[in-house]
This record gives sequence, C-alpha cells and structure tokens, in this order.
Amino acid sequence: MAILSFSEASRDALREEMRRDPTIWALGEDLSKGGIFSQYSGLAKEFGPERIVDTPISEATIMGASVGAAIVGTRPVVEMRFSDFALCAVDELVNQAAKARYMFGGQCRVPLVARQPIGIEGCHAAQHSQSLEAWWVHIPGLVVVAPATPADNKGLLKSAIRCDDPVVYLEHKGLWGLEDEVPDEEDWVVPLGTARMAREGTDITIVTWSSMVQVAENAADIVASTGISVEILDLRTLWPWDETKVCESVRKTGHVLIVHEAVQVAGFGAEVFATIVERVGDSLKQPAHRMGGPRIPVPYAPPLEELCTISSTQIAEAIKSLTQPNGSLQK
Amino acid sequence: METPTEEEMSHILNMYRTMVRIRIFEEETEVCRRDGRIVGSAHLSIGQEAVPAGVCANLTTRDMITSTHRGHGHTIAKGCDVTAMMCELFAREGGTSQGKGGSMHIADFSVGMLGANGVVAAGVPIAVGAAQGIKLKKETNLVACFFGDGAINRGPFFEGLNWAKIYELPVLFVCEDNSYAAYTRTSSVTAGAGPAARAEGIGVPAFSIDGNDLIAVNRLVIELVKKIRHGEGPQFLHAQTYRIKGHTVSDVASYRSEEEVTAASHRDPIIRCGSYLADSGILQDELDEIWTEEKKRIERAVDAATNAPWPRPEIAFADVQDIGAQQWQS
Repeated sequence: MAILSFSEASRDALREEMRRDPTIWALGEDLSKGGIFSQYSGLAKEFGPERIVDTPISEATIMGASVGAAIVGTRPVVEMRFSDFALCAVDELVNQAAKARYMFGGQCRVPLVARQPIGIEGCHAAQHSQSLEAWWVHIPGLVVVAPATPADNKGLLKSAIRCDDPVVYLEHKGLWGLEDEVPDEEDWVVPLGTARMAREGTDITIVTWSSMVQVAENAADIVASTGISVEILDLRTLWPWDETKVCESVRKTGHVLIVHEAVQVAGFGAEVFATIVERVGDSLKQPAHRMGGPRIPVPYAPPLEELCTISSTQIAEAIKSLTQPNGSLQK
Repeated sequence: METPTEEEMSHILNMYRTMVRIRIFEEETEVCRRDGRIVGSAHLSIGQEAVPAGVCANLTTRDMITSTHRGHGHTIAKGCDVTAMMCELFAREGGTSQGKGGSMHIADFSVGMLGANGVVAAGVPIAVGAAQGIKLKKETNLVACFFGDGAINRGPFFEGLNWAKIYELPVLFVCEDNSYAAYTRTSSVTAGAGPAARAEGIGVPAFSIDGNDLIAVNRLVIELVKKIRHGEGPQFLHAQTYRIKGHTVSDVASYRSEEEVTAASHRDPIIRCGSYLADSGILQDELDEIWTEEKKRIERAVDAATNAPWPRPEIAFADVQDIGAQQWQS
C-alpha cells in the first residue's frame, strides 16, 4: 500500500476518473494552481484548461453552470473552496441541482459532485470554519459524503463522481495533511452508504464521521487502559447512512455516544440519535448521548475557538461516565 | 418592403402559427385556471409571442433553451406537445413532468427544452453551463437563454453573462422585456441604461429591438445565431414587448392604467404579423384556417387533460435520487 495524504488521495481519485471518462471535468477558483489545498495539484498540466477550469469568484454560477453541464451529459466536479462559500450557491444546489430530476418528471439526471471543505482548522473564524452537513442531509435529492481517511477520500470521491445524483462532498480542512495507507489496487472504490468499522469493541458504540473519527480513536486509546472497549463507526456517508451497522453495534454494546464537530442543535447527530431510539432503544442500557459544537459562530482567538472543538479527553470522560453502572452524562 | 421569397414566407407562416398556438394556449390556460381545473398558479405570456416564435424558429431540435416562470410560449415554440403541457398544468398523468412540476417546471428534453424555472434568473447559469458542456463534448449546437427584464437585477445574471463571455460560449441571451418585474415597473427599480447596456458593459454584443415585430425579431435572430455558430461567442438580444395580462392569472394588475394596456394592445404582435402577411399576398382564409386548426389542437389538449387521471401516489416517491431515496421510510 502507498502512503498518501488525504489531499493526494483525492487528487489521485480525480485523475483516475478523468482518465477513464472524458466527460468528467472540474471547475472552481484557482484550480490550475492546484487549488488552495493542493488537492488539484498537477491536474491542469495533464488535462488542460478545458477540463481543469479556473473560474471567476462566482459561486452561484460555478454551481449553476455545473447543473446545466450535468443535465446535458457531462460530469462536473465542483470546487466550492470553503463550505461556507457554498452558501452563495444555495439556490443552485438546493432549488436546481437537487430538484431538477424530480421537477421534470425524471427527464434528466444531475451527476455533479460539490466539494466543500469544512470544519474548524487554524483560526479561520466564523465564515471559514462551518460544518453544515445537516443542511444538505435535509434536502431531498442530495447525497452527502464526509470521508475521514486518505483511503476513503480516494474511494468515496471516485464513487461520488460515478453517482448519477448530485453529491455534496465534505472534506475537513484539518485532514488535508493526514497521511495513511491507500490501497494500490487499480480501481479502489468505496460504496456510498456504508459505514466503516474504525475500531471493534464491546462496551460502547461511538458513531461519528469526518475529523472526529481520529479524535474518537484517540479517546478510545485513553480509556482502553481503564479496561473499556470502544467500538467506533465512521459513517463516511451521511445520506444515505448505514443504519444497519449502527443498530447492530448498539445492540451489541448497549451504549452509544454520537460525536460531531458541527453545532449540536439540530445537527445530524439528532437524526442518528432518534433513529437509534426508535429502532433499538430497548437494547440501550443507558440513555444515548451526543456531543456537538456550541451554538455560537466559530470565534477567532485560539482559546475561544477551542471551545467549539471536541477533544479526545472530553470524549474519554464521556465514555467513562456513560459506561459506569447507572451512568449518564450531566450537562 | 422587400418581397419575401417563398421559403421565407413559409418560415414566417410557421412562426405566425406558433404565435397563434401560444395565444390560444394561454387564453385557454386563463379559462381553466379561473374555473379551477388548473390547480396551481400560471403566468401568461399573451402579447409576448413574437419573441419565442422568432427565436425558436431559427434553432434546430438539437439546440437547447432555458426558460422562466412565464415559459409556456418558449416551450410551445421549441416544439413541445401542447397536450402534455396542458396535462402538466392540470397536474395529470401524461404531463411533461408527470404532474409533479406544474407550469413553472415544464421541460421537454426531447426537444431541447431544459426547463422552466420558478426562480428568476436561475436559468442563466444553467444555460451557460449547458453551453460549456456542449463545448466540452465538442458538439456544435447552441443554447438560447430566455429571461425577463426583472432578471437583470439578480446576481446570477451578471455572473452568467461574464461566464459566457470569458469562455466564449455558444449562448444567445434573450431578454424578454415586458416592462414589469412582477407588480413593479422595472425601470423604477433599475439603474443605468437598461439590459443591452448592461450586457455591453460585460463585453457581450447586445442588440435592442421591437419584440412585438416578428419580422424584425426573426431577421435579427438569424444574424445572431449565425455569429454564434461561427464561434463569435455569446450574443444578447433585448426584445421590448409588453405583458398584456397580470403577473399571474389572479393578478388584476391595478397598478397600471387602462390606457397603457390599450396602447400596448395596438402593438399586438399577431395582428401586426397578420397585416404583414396580408400585404405580402397571403389570403385571409389561409390565416383563418391556421386559427381554426390551432384552436382545435388546444381544445383537444384541454379535453385530454380534463379526462386524464391524477398521478398515481407512488409517482410522488419516484425520481428523487438513485442512492438513499427510500431510507427515510425504513
């Protein structure tokens, strides 16, 4: 297996797909310079300006033009630069991309991938730090993906490009430099809608995604010394999401903690929580629990920004409380 | 007046027929909306028929259009079946969108009609993207993008024109200027010298014309389409017309004077084209025959829509998405 960064893995995925299918192209700001996170590095040289397209700072038209290009039979990969900027293209994503197939009675498909770098990383403050996955999951018509490892960023991006639905593809900015093994096999794809068992355990299930997977793994290491065995499910795809694997795990452990960086209020964790209670609530030995961000804009100062993130220590403490007999977390 | 050739005359008669079809379709739509058979809102294009007729008659089936909330005329002119359209307005089986879209979401991809749109100016980015897709696939067709005068105050208009110009895309922008942005006179909320000036400011060659003069619209569109097909990049047509009816069927449009509407009626594009044809030697009988045939066609469409069943409930759950469409029900 090759060791690749999260960024390099996504670049390789796009390159392989573009070599395979001449109707695949990418568009966004500064792509010929590699993109601001180097995730398009070298692609302009191979594919030229017609397929690695530098655009003006026109988010609405980057997304809207992609809808037009998709309905006439090409497969655009849309770069939004920061998830926060996708908010300038909400009409195009929500009213156009997500609904065109339905509104027109199935006459067209909208096979586009909207890449949106998310998350808190290095004092980017309120307009460059958000994780808005719950917004997109709420919209009928969209598929929502949030990979946590280089291998998945390669395999899921390839699947997203091949998907005939519009896919919102959320890459956490804190993960770009993360290096890990990526399978060498020629066509490594990860199916959409399947969770990854990041760690097997018996005492408690953690359901999480994106950058929180690694943080949860660190927390599991911390509590392992106290004899608590943690199972971690990385959802990878948030719509559709792998209810089956989650419910199986909760039945086994009887304890569940849901963790995400996004604002906790009406976050996707609430949907996971409700589904667990509805489907396997009777196997819970303790009430389910969730951890998410506070409902404040992300502040700039490091000690304030830190209040919006969840640490492995905090998760470890939560695990310890939840797995105690009669344990539940006090707010 | 130059005497048109036989071929030109047949072309003009076809456009005349299209205008008549649109007019009767819209008049019947008004009736059926008022009596409740059309269940949702409808925006009529009575008085504006020369623009879609003059543009679409000079496109091929492989050329594409994007349309607006006031899109029946564009859809008919591009060749969509009026029965399927009427079924859609009636929300019935057999509608263009299987009864799931209604008037504002009519589309017919088989004739290159890429969709009406409920959001003003939203068709502009879609049109330029379709043109970019066409270019990427090394095809030679073009996209005509219809929008109203109200759309020129939305961001996607500016973004989309800039986009079309920097990539030199095969797009014909058609600003169908009916003087009103919903209930408001557009000039009262629009700075500068109007749509053509804005396009010129972005570097897109722009041409203003009397949009109720079918002969003039036709002549200009032939020229602009030729430029686009020769690779000269996007072109902009500003057609001045007038919305004879209110914003929707239920809008009585009391915000404008009767004199204004009466004056506009004297510039009716169908009457003017009829006079031109009469002057060119076409007999009134021939024109009357067109009206009779089109009236029958639309009546058949209304009958079919009236008798068509409601969509089956399971249709509501189809065509949402391939992956994950059913998960919420589990």
